[in-house]
Amino acid sequence: MSRFLLGRLIQSAILLVVVSVIGYVILGLIPGGPLSQFGLDPGLTAADIERLKEQMGLNQPLWMRYLDWAWKLLHGDWGVSLRDGTPVLTVIARHLVATLLLMGSSTVIAVAAGTWIGIRSATRRYSAFDYAATVGAMVALSIPTFWFGLVGIYVFSLKLGWLPAGNMYTIGDASVLDYLHHLILPSLVLSLVHIAVWSRYMRTAMLDAINQDFVKTARAKGVAERRILMKHVVGNALLPMITLAGVQLPSILTGALVTETVFTWPGMGRLFYDSLGYSDYPVVMGILMFSAIVVILGNLIADVVVALVDPRIRLA
Amino acid sequence: MTDHDHTTHLLSRRAALRLGLAGGIAGLGLPHLLGKPAFAQGATAKEAAKKAPAGRVVVGITQEPTVFNPLMLKIEVDDGVHFSLFDALFRIGPDGVITPNLAAEVPTQKNGGISEDGLNWRVRLRDGVRWHDGRPFTAEDVKYTLELITKPNFRAWRTAGHSLLRDITVVSPTEITWRMEKPFSPYLSFLTETFIVPKHVLETAADPNTADFNKAPIGTGAFKWGKRTAGDNLELVANRDYHGEGPYIETLVFKYIPDLTVFYTQFKSGDIDLTGQTYITPDNYKEAKTLPNKVVTLVPRQTIETIYFNLEKPQFKELAVRQALYAAVDKGAIIDALYYGVPSVTESYMPRSSFYFNDKLPKQTFDVKAARKLLDEAGWKPGKDGIRVKDGVRLSFNNTTTSGDHLREQVQQFLKQSWADIGVEMNIANQPAAVLWGDFWAKSQFDTVIAGVTYMVASDPDVTNRFHSSSIGAKGGRGSNTAQYANPEVDALLAKGTGTFDPEERRKIYTRVQEIVRHDLPFMPIFQYTVPLGHKSSVKGFVPNPNTRTESWNAAGWSRVG
Repeated sequence: MSRFLLGRLIQSAILLVVVSVIGYVILGLIPGGPLSQFGLDPGLTAADIERLKEQMGLNQPLWMRYLDWAWKLLHGDWGVSLRDGTPVLTVIARHLVATLLLMGSSTVIAVAAGTWIGIRSATRRYSAFDYAATVGAMVALSIPTFWFGLVGIYVFSLKLGWLPAGNMYTIGDASVLDYLHHLILPSLVLSLVHIAVWSRYMRTAMLDAINQDFVKTARAKGVAERRILMKHVVGNALLPMITLAGVQLPSILTGALVTETVFTWPGMGRLFYDSLGYSDYPVVMGILMFSAIVVILGNLIADVVVALVDPRIRLA
Repeated sequence: MTDHDHTTHLLSRRAALRLGLAGGIAGLGLPHLLGKPAFAQGATAKEAAKKAPAGRVVVGITQEPTVFNPLMLKIEVDDGVHFSLFDALFRIGPDGVITPNLAAEVPTQKNGGISEDGLNWRVRLRDGVRWHDGRPFTAEDVKYTLELITKPNFRAWRTAGHSLLRDITVVSPTEITWRMEKPFSPYLSFLTETFIVPKHVLETAADPNTADFNKAPIGTGAFKWGKRTAGDNLELVANRDYHGEGPYIETLVFKYIPDLTVFYTQFKSGDIDLTGQTYITPDNYKEAKTLPNKVVTLVPRQTIETIYFNLEKPQFKELAVRQALYAAVDKGAIIDALYYGVPSVTESYMPRSSFYFNDKLPKQTFDVKAARKLLDEAGWKPGKDGIRVKDGVRLSFNNTTTSGDHLREQVQQFLKQSWADIGVEMNIANQPAAVLWGDFWAKSQFDTVIAGVTYMVASDPDVTNRFHSSSIGAKGGRGSNTAQYANPEVDALLAKGTGTFDPEERRKIYTRVQEIVRHDLPFMPIFQYTVPLGHKSSVKGFVPNPNTRTESWNAAGWSRVG
């Protein structure tokens, strides 16, 4: 196990270096840069722009900027935002809570509903429910989230007036109930796609398990159908789902740009998009590295958990 | 002198008296350019002032304010916050009037605040003003502020004007003087957007670029720092000890809504009380006007929609070519069909609201025949492919604007056809904003660009930065003359304009500059932006001000009814 972990650690480190180089170079090669948005400011002269470039260290060659940034990162200094001088980790932390709230709740809904639909579809294969679930999943997957979001706002906010038209809380209220009220629509909309994905995977995994010999053996032994389903089938079907969860885990922390935009949710997705728009290199790179680390960790955790729960797998 | 109303009355009376004695005829002819309370809206405002501030106004904006040190590099939405948290020495009203704010009077050559040669300035300050932390505001703070802006390591926003200051001297807590390296009349306007910061807070910071102050600022403004939810909103609370008029509302919230469709939806649903900075889009204007309990007004902006020529490109060196291209543009059709008739047609770079606007410029007439004739006479003959040629130069060029700007993309299609009609080829070559407004624009790497350009800095008519031949970035200049325009007469007039303090004299100068620029056509003026701004009818005291960059310049005067 420890050898496995060490190997993974080295792999991950190399991966992070590659990600950081590619990210930094691509970002640096895009013409324009953080000061181009001031190109039309009538009072900011070309001389002012040159001065700011120098103050921000933007007039240095790309490789020097990269090395400087990477060296500081190795020492735990993630840099400061070029927009307002806030430390990058503070900027990320400020947006992380909102994203956790939205993605966390939608993931809980998605996993619960998706698993249930998947199991039911598999056990009642080709039933009306199964067909409805299949069609529903296709619809949820093919219609863009922003459309669901806008329709949701139109129906439940503007027409019925039941739910707020976006935002994380009512300005001046901000009670727990108020947060929950605001959370309903965006988390439901966001979970639609995840329910679709999750239910399809679950159904397939269930069908794989149902046809295994040990299920037939259990049936032949006369084990109750319910027990077969819960212990033998679902138990085995959940194994591949752990890996899937590992892949999906990072999105809980990196946010959902479209949903966050439609619902004016101040999460990580928006932060990344805004920072790209302002060419706020330190923040963009910070989010990129943060996401890369979370992806690596997510996969690692999934692998370890699978090994722990599945006695057939041993990590060398 | 603690009663504010009292103070301003005294001051205006004193100012009037001094003027009368000096017999300033020009000054009396221009009473609106002299000191008077900024947004005292008559008796109702005064009555409201006696009540405790109540209610809340949520301003919707589509960019997030993040810069709270008002002297640092910033964008328009940051300005909106700064106007509420801080005060400048002077304030500029919608009519272009400059009035005292932290200053006690507006210095002029008439009242002796500015010396005859324009070099020595003396500013008297208001007494009894306190910072949000209770410490008194003094001339030391002004000195600290003006010096901080030009500190080498400080990431300051605009430094023009400030860099001319020498020998800043604190005469007394309520009086400060300085000398300028050369006379520079626009400086008074620049000071209307130079917010004063507290010395006692900032001087203790190791690096003013990263001071704690920048995250929780302390000002003298009508509102104090409340709390910020990053990426979502910023809440300011009423400063009950404000030295000026107001505030009448308890909380002022700036709410960030990045998406334009969602922005309008939240205006409709009532989540935001007032549309700031990014306005209601023209296509929604018609519906917005019919919404119940909402007031939607058309507000002029200083920005002019233009098509810029790069005058160093061989195609555009000849005036006849520029005139022909201009004559072939149907400006009326662009405004009516594509912009829903909202903006207003213009011939000048100067906004109509300006005191210096020249309304006698020749009107462009859409005339394809005249355009063809101009090109024929100038010797541009159609080649085999129908595109005109002269001395080996094909009359073909790229046109660039921000990619993804659907309205402008339609304008481009329209221009392409119009110019094809007169034997001119235009190719569309759009670029993302971050690319376009970088070196591509600043170093004049384009052929033609469609751009919304603001020419005025803090409403001063000086345009040295845009039209002086020493301001061409592509030729090592230090300004934004991206058309690479050079005219010796304009150069001379601009130099004269910044050395002249008398508004009437300056009006003559800039009237002439507009005439020459209109004749030389370094760009084609299409229209002046007019934007629909909306607010709930329960929000009172909203006054748009084209002389500032924000709709929230007078949030101190806003109140809530019902």
